Amino acid sequence: MKILVALKQVPDTETKIKVAADGKSLDPADVKWITSPYDEYALEEAIRLKEGKGAEVVALSVGGDTAKDVLKNALALGADSAVLLKGDGQGDAFAVAQMIAAYAKDKGFDLILCGNKGLGGDNAAMGPMLAELLGIAQANVIVKLELGEGTFKAEREIEGGSEIVEGALPAVITAQKGLNEPRYASLKGIMAAKKKTIEELDAAAVTAGAQVSALALPPERPAGRLLQGDAAQQAQALLQALKDEAKVF
Amino acid sequence: MILVFCELKDGQIRKPSAEALSEGRRLADASGKKVGALFAGASCAGAAEAAKFGADVILTAEGATLASYSSDAFAQLLADAVKAKGATVLLAAATAVGKDVLPRAAARLGAGYASDVTGLSMADGKLQAVRPVYAGKAFATTTFSSAVQTATTRPNVFPAAEKAGAGAVETLAAPAGDFKSVVKEILAKAGGKVDLSEANVIVSGGRGMKDGANFKILEELADALGGVVGASRAAVDAGWGLPHSMQVGQTGKVVSPTLYIACGISGAIQHIAGMSGSKFIVAINKDPEAPIFKLANYGIVGDLFEVVPELTKAAKAMGIGQN
Ligand SMILES: Cc1cc2nc3c(=O)[nH]c(=O)nc-3n(C[C@H](O)[C@H](O)[C@@H](O)COP(=O)(O)OP(=O)(O)OC[C@H]3O[C@@H](n4cnc5c(N)ncnc54)[C@H](O)[C@@H]3O)c2cc1C
Ligand SMILES: Cc1cc2nc3c(=O)[nH]c(=O)nc-3n(C[C@H](O)[C@H](O)[C@H](O)COP(=O)(O)OP(=O)(O)OC[C@H]3O[C@@H](n4cnc5c(N)ncnc54)[C@H](O)[C@@H]3O)c2cc1C
Repeated sequence: MKILVALKQVPDTETKIKVAADGKSLDPADVKWITSPYDEYALEEAIRLKEGKGAEVVALSVGGDTAKDVLKNALALGADSAVLLKGDGQGDAFAVAQMIAAYAKDKGFDLILCGNKGLGGDNAAMGPMLAELLGIAQANVIVKLELGEGTFKAEREIEGGSEIVEGALPAVITAQKGLNEPRYASLKGIMAAKKKTIEELDAAAVTAGAQVSALALPPERPAGRLLQGDAAQQAQALLQALKDEAKVF
Repeated sequence: MILVFCELKDGQIRKPSAEALSEGRRLADASGKKVGALFAGASCAGAAEAAKFGADVILTAEGATLASYSSDAFAQLLADAVKAKGATVLLAAATAVGKDVLPRAAARLGAGYASDVTGLSMADGKLQAVRPVYAGKAFATTTFSSAVQTATTRPNVFPAAEKAGAGAVETLAAPAGDFKSVVKEILAKAGGKVDLSEANVIVSGGRGMKDGANFKILEELADALGGVVGASRAAVDAGWGLPHSMQVGQTGKVVSPTLYIACGISGAIQHIAGMSGSKFIVAINKDPEAPIFKLANYGIVGDLFEVVPELTKAAKAMGIGQN
């Protein structure tokens, strides 16, 4: 079995967001880059399948030189090989999906694992777009995955519960928290990864469907008001304010 | 045409779909377009209600093959309908199904897609979307370069306004079957309560609740206010028996209620990522320095175990949540 894992490099959540001079992108100064957490679940699932049934795991990222860190980490965790599709860092989820589709289409992957959304960008779109471009099945926001002979059975989170999706392989599966508990890289893994090389390819030329034309910080929330008195008075004052000022009720 | 994919539940349009449809109507009015509402399922009984929210045309695809949700079947149906109607905008609510099907349909149409948007506008036939990014720490304006433009609307953000439309019904053929993936079973249905992402009032508890059993006082307050109960990750991970589906935040649900009451929650950035879109935020915390107060419209510095029952009592006395 051949598994592709798509890993995105994203700014750490704690990052203070500053808008760059162009007014539409993130100022990269002081940004700490990490692997998008949902992609870690995707990679962990691939490695567990490899350990359980035997599989070849290819880690892939679309990005610039810094994205190599994500791939080095994936190799240390147990990916067999890593591919960087190099681009200028611009483009939407559709552009990325087309780039990965162009790379993956003749390679015979049985399973493509992604995060359910890229932290920060949050489009939750690349996986389903890739599945469509490759003409294969998809199952998103997955917390449990079982593979059969050429089939999959997955549990997906929905409003107020979950549902079981069944389908045919090859498929794109996007991981959600709960799918597994990602491991840490072992020293042995880190040493072994040093001997592996990252294949660098130019990403296919594609046309994006959408672009960010402006990035702005949210408006400051108006200063709040503390309600005074004992608990009963505070409760009364709060409900009155919600009713009269905020008109919530 | 602006085409809006709508979901039915128990023969009624789901509220997030009604919101998306109303927004479609507003965009259509601003740009001189027509609005189509698209339904799919074993039965589309109830679809006529779309006329109330401004649908000029109601497209229904009914059939046994559509009884269970299939990503590829529904994506194909949506894309075919867009082409058949010459629609330039395709919308849906950012629900579990909406977020699953729209990006796939978009790729099929070679279209750009903006997910979970909180603002939409239209100028010269071009859609523009505003969406929160980086855990709500910034807002991105998205513009489209594709002929068809697609987006999902965040529940509870766009008002569901009634505006009569012609509501002419047209039927679409259901696909033949043999789909790549299909939903086989729904495991747990919400026990009558609305999902957090659709709730108008949310009362959330954090580590300050000290025990899962104490969430009962939040349930009572939520009931009195006509809301539902959420939790921080610290509470969900504490082993108190709270399901992950209650978790609000970066790795939980993103919610936009009218009122969010945070009880014993400090206001970590990952929690804020899930609730900063709330219209009004109330913080109840015994630590006046807790970061949640920076975000709150109203704050109560105090012991939640004293304040919450008083709130429930006062809400009942004032008859709040009864209308
Ligand atoms: C050539 C190129 C390089 C880019 N480099 C970066 C970058 O280094 N950092 C950045 O923040 N944005 C980068 N972008 C932009 C970003 O990837 C896109 O805007 C798009 O992927 C939407 O992001 P999202 O997180 O909302 O995607 P979502 O649709 O939410 O992502 C879902 C899943 O798709 C996969 N995925 C998404 N993007 C990538 C990717 N770039 N590589 C591998 N897997 C991916 C991941 O498994 C992710 O969990 C790049 C775009 C292009 C075209
Ligand atoms: C990758 C990542 C993802 C995460 N995702 C999420 C997420 O999705 N959602 C989320 O919530 N967190 C998330 N977190 C965790 C987050 O960083 C915080 O640890 C968490 O939100 C803290 O929860 P809390 O506010 O309930 O607990 P604490 O920070 O411990 O705060 C408890 C608060 O209760 C108050 N308190 C105690 N007793 C009382 C009382 N009797 N009356 C009134 N107040 C009282 C205290 O003053 C304190 O402010 C994530 C973290 C990481 C690293």
